Amino acid sequence: MEKVIKRPSTIPENAISGFCPGCMHSTVNKLIGEVLDELNVVDRTVEIICIGCGTLNLKYRENDQAVVAHGRACAVATGYKRCNPDKLVFTYQGDGDLASIGIAETIYAANRGENISVITINNAIYGMTGGQMAPTTMLGQKATTCPNGRDFNDVGAPVHMMDILNTLKAPVYLERVSCNTPANIKKTKAAIKKAFEYQLAGKGFSMVEVISNCPTNWNLSPLKTLEYMKEHNLKEFPLGVVRDRGGEIK
Amino acid sequence: MSRAFVKGGDAIAEAAIRAGCRFFAGYPITPQNEIPEYFAKHLPEAGGSFVQGESETASINMVFGASLSGTRCMTSSSSCGISLKSEGFSYLAAARLPSVICSVQRGGPGYGSIKPAQSDYLQATKAAGNGGFKMIVFAPSTVQETIDHIYEAFDYADKYRNPTMVLLDGVISTMMEPVVFPEPLTEEQVQAIKDSKTWALNGKKAGDKKKLITGGATEQSNMECAEMYEYWAEHETRAEEYLVEDAEFILTAYGTTARVARAVVDTLRKEGIRAGLIRPILVNPFPYKSFAKLDYSKVKCVIDLEMTIPAQMIEDVKLGVLGKAPIRTVLRSCGEVMTDDFALGGVKKIIEEY
Repeated sequence: MEKVIKRPSTIPENAISGFCPGCMHSTVNKLIGEVLDELNVVDRTVEIICIGCGTLNLKYRENDQAVVAHGRACAVATGYKRCNPDKLVFTYQGDGDLASIGIAETIYAANRGENISVITINNAIYGMTGGQMAPTTMLGQKATTCPNGRDFNDVGAPVHMMDILNTLKAPVYLERVSCNTPANIKKTKAAIKKAFEYQLAGKGFSMVEVISNCPTNWNLSPLKTLEYMKEHNLKEFPLGVVRDRGGEIK
Repeated sequence: MSRAFVKGGDAIAEAAIRAGCRFFAGYPITPQNEIPEYFAKHLPEAGGSFVQGESETASINMVFGASLSGTRCMTSSSSCGISLKSEGFSYLAAARLPSVICSVQRGGPGYGSIKPAQSDYLQATKAAGNGGFKMIVFAPSTVQETIDHIYEAFDYADKYRNPTMVLLDGVISTMMEPVVFPEPLTEEQVQAIKDSKTWALNGKKAGDKKKLITGGATEQSNMECAEMYEYWAEHETRAEEYLVEDAEFILTAYGTTARVARAVVDTLRKEGIRAGLIRPILVNPFPYKSFAKLDYSKVKCVIDLEMTIPAQMIEDVKLGVLGKAPIRTVLRSCGEVMTDDFALGGVKKIIEEY
């Protein structure tokens, strides 16, 4: 009998996920693993891991990896890719890493059109450090450093990295996805695959932003987080292709 | 070998390319702009990649990325720019990634002054970033020596899998001198060095274990590094000892100031004053032994000359002298360069007291 569904080769056999129950990081990890297997590129893949919950990837993925300074993944990926252009290089970053401390590194890597893929998990909170306000925290959403809810007059509105990058000329592919429904999980996988395929074809910079949840720090059950996302996060950050110029570039 | 009459900054970049450096990232800051400018023009010709980073922080992290690939790589900056890069130095040390850092000192603290100084000695030798790591720090005093040190620094970085610093000041980076360049490595040699780094990330091959390089540390990794630093202290110290055997007055200085101090020693000797010079060529590991082995029945005073106020290298000189002789200072700072006249006057004033 043919085995049609199996564990991706880059997810180790005996690994037990240390991501919180109901968190979408695990799903995205599985999807990346499936895409790497389908493209048969594990032997040329280098993953640049952020500081944050995403750092846990170092335990749950079996491809070559580096864990780098907070916010600097796109700069590190730039240096690596310029020296080894034949490798598949992707960063895995939280929204704090990408859009707060690393906003300059992200914007400039995109503006230079570095031939790398950025996968970012936007869960609207600092998860690893215990629930502080993120650049993407919803207006009114409570966090440990905005105990009365995010106040526009005090700290401004959520930062939309996709829209910022969409003002630049060089990026090739920008898409916002989520893993809140089976249909959206399929779309997330397709987006990751497209970003990697574009890189392998030498087309340039791509970013896939996964709108995600954080049951632990939102103080909600996993199922309740899905309702919250529908009401808030997915309205603030609507899903879909922001830019796809892959067809225009040979 | 090829002879040339070159500016320090250009010489640094040319020496690095000849040593097989194939990646450079940096951010503009005076007085070291000749270095990135030379790389921008000539590194692509050598098949390498130059990136002007959006900041010092981004630049040093690009170097981190380049080093992950096994490529010989480098950055350069000056004082306040070096401070911004200190995050990256610490991560390079934690990840045991070789790389060369050229630090061209200017005045400080803050943005200080754009003019030459030696204001970052303690930062370079004791705590170039968080976490208690160390680097081998070369301290050349001529353009020729800078070329030789840059060339050598890549070997040291690879040998110890550690960032390695070449510490100079704005005098050397902007001065022109006649030099001889070492032979460039061939493309085959450059590639062979890259290929020899079996720890570098290249993608996990079937049947192999994955490679993971992190900016993290453990007590075990701390102990391994401590052992390496002790080995350096035992085997890698380097100093020039000039006319010290019978000296009553020991001058000590590094870099540009050491050239001036040497001229002062020659003048004093002509006047019958028994003076000598200890010039640390590496400032980390520091040549404590050069001071420890002096004949203190003869030495009346040790005079530390630096272009920083308050003095910084004096902390190490004290550890070498261990109270066996008084230590005095002759200092300038923030772009007020140590001249022969100023140094001679200052040293003579001290000598008159003994």
